[in-house]
Amino acid sequence: MATMTIAKAINEGLRATLAGNPKSLLMGEDIGHLGGVYRVTDGLIKEFGDDRVLDTPLAESGIVGTAIGLALRGYSPVCEIQFDGFVYPAFNQITTQLAKIHARSLGKLTVPVVIRIPYGGGIGSIEHHSESPEALFAHTAGLRIITPSNAHDAYWMIQKAVECQDPVIFFEPKRRYWLKGEVDVENPGLSEDPFKAHVVREGTDATIVAYGPLVPVALAAANAATEDGRSIEVIDLRSISPVDFDTVEASVKKTGRLIVAHEAPTFGGIGGEIAARISERAFLHLEAPVIRVGGFHMPYPVAKVEEDYLPDIDKILEALDRSLAY
Amino acid sequence: MGSTQLPPGTEESLAATTALAAAPSEPTEMVQLLGPDGTLGSDPVFSDYAKRIDPEKLRVFYADMARIRRFDQESTALQRQGELALWVPLTGQEAAQIGSGHASQPQDYIFPTYREHGVALVRNVDLAELLKQFRGVSNGGWDPRENNFHLYTLVLAAQTLHAVGYAMGIQRDQKSAGATDSTDPKAAVIAYFGDGASSEGDVHESMVFAASYNAPVVFFCQNNHWAISVPTEVQTKVPLANRAKGYGFPGIRVDGNDVIAVHAVTEWALEHAREGRGPVLIEAYTYRVGAHTTADDPTKYRESAEEAAWREKDPLDRLEKYLRAEGLADEAFFDQVKADGDELAKYVRSTTHGLEVPDIREAFASVYAEQHPLIAEELAWFEEYSAGFESDQEASN
Repeated sequence: MATMTIAKAINEGLRATLAGNPKSLLMGEDIGHLGGVYRVTDGLIKEFGDDRVLDTPLAESGIVGTAIGLALRGYSPVCEIQFDGFVYPAFNQITTQLAKIHARSLGKLTVPVVIRIPYGGGIGSIEHHSESPEALFAHTAGLRIITPSNAHDAYWMIQKAVECQDPVIFFEPKRRYWLKGEVDVENPGLSEDPFKAHVVREGTDATIVAYGPLVPVALAAANAATEDGRSIEVIDLRSISPVDFDTVEASVKKTGRLIVAHEAPTFGGIGGEIAARISERAFLHLEAPVIRVGGFHMPYPVAKVEEDYLPDIDKILEALDRSLAY
Repeated sequence: MGSTQLPPGTEESLAATTALAAAPSEPTEMVQLLGPDGTLGSDPVFSDYAKRIDPEKLRVFYADMARIRRFDQESTALQRQGELALWVPLTGQEAAQIGSGHASQPQDYIFPTYREHGVALVRNVDLAELLKQFRGVSNGGWDPRENNFHLYTLVLAAQTLHAVGYAMGIQRDQKSAGATDSTDPKAAVIAYFGDGASSEGDVHESMVFAASYNAPVVFFCQNNHWAISVPTEVQTKVPLANRAKGYGFPGIRVDGNDVIAVHAVTEWALEHAREGRGPVLIEAYTYRVGAHTTADDPTKYRESAEEAAWREKDPLDRLEKYLRAEGLADEAFFDQVKADGDELAKYVRSTTHGLEVPDIREAFASVYAEQHPLIAEELAWFEEYSAGFESDQEASN
């Protein structure tokens, strides 16, 4: 067991990947000598050279498009998009090309590209640096989308993402980059399957589903609710596409109440999809409507008011109160 | 504006820019070996490459151009008869495609647009498979790994970046092969695109990446003068080949209706790339004689006189003149070419009728490479739903 931050865990996961898979390589803006703006790739260019760790020209479509070509030649590229709000120039390559090549070739071609994207707010940053665009990609068949919430998962999930033969978008909770945790580098344990949800806190009165940066918030809200004698279950979704509905369904059948929290706007978001599926699968077990806690239908607001925008402990507790009072 | 406020030389450069803007389609130097009248000229660099083409190879060029033109006619007819949803004709561009395709080696990898039927023929793609996409029974149709000929890409210019990435992969493979004394032949990539796609950002990014990494890629732009209804002048104010200079690699405009020059220039460019000297941009100056697709109507946007002028520069006619004048092909050869073309047309017509409509289960099976619970769930629902119709049918029988 080692204690490390999420950023360091991803760094170590990438190091293990580069060491173990000679066809893997990293590419992105400033990821080489600088080590990335968040230093997630720190030191890797020194260890593996600039054929394996590429400081690319400043062009997101170019990064993803050339990664597709490298994958077609048998490589496993891991791209870094510097910030969530800068992925859009690559949106065409991701949705019309990367997501579809396996399908349109009837499985003859695989494109195991991983796209790392630091996402989410809460860091007081400027415009385009705090967004949560996961729903835009979740709507596209052919992609897989995962997001770790702790260091152990971060270490293993990035490696599993590279091993996966499908394209994977790996959303990194940037405001938790410095969150420390225990990492077992010998044994993935439950992290073995990156597409399964984890029950991270057991409870009986209601379920909170969260992922990425909001998992610690959901846990804090659940702990606060014990003061009122409430027993709250918390699920770390981990995978946004596919969603592990089985785990959520089993939990809801036990608790009868469900809150889904994410930083992304609720309208058209993952929470809506989970609410719909659970109402189809567990309607008669629900004691209250599924309640979503998320961002408003607005461009991500200026940093000085982001606390009003972001889901926090109080907003989740308010949703819990509504659910439990229903 | 007082000239004293401008840096030295600015006025001259402004004047030059203005002159360029005033004459956007002013022809640049163009490599041409076989003129429209069928006579062979010379070029200080490329004549040496043209000399490698023996008479037999020339006859193959002619036969391939004639066959693909016949295939194009047949496919257009198939669309008119409702057998294809759409067809994308190539007539007029045969020399650009057959010439460049024949310059490629088996180890090279080709990224086509959706009009490279001639290159597909040269790379031995089964042309009936190529029609699958246009009949609506496949979004691909062939195995790209068999002929190193990628699937058609319909989103303009997206494939130019794939080509550069693939070339970067070749670089790495060759580096590790060098370490193990491998005798694998050196390879390069050709990225096809058109004058319309040249405006797409992905073409710019692909050229930036190719230049930065010195990738072994040949950008082959067929300037066929029309992006559906919009003329090249709207896409560019300078000859497209000149753009290469801005990226720091060679750009060559070649007469795209001259199969000898196209072959020579492409062979040079591929050797340049394979030898590690970096990318090349080739602009094949040609003309789309027909419509953009069978859904298009060129009479709405261009003059028939322009089409007639380009017909005078027809790529097949000029090679036929040359072959006859030099006594390199006789009447029997041309008769045989015609018969082969008719045979190919018959083959694709009969095969198209027989193309199997896939089961949607094939689509379920190919979305992901690895097991996926949502796909499994939706497929299970579909099976149950479909079975409901079958049992209804049994009940009514």
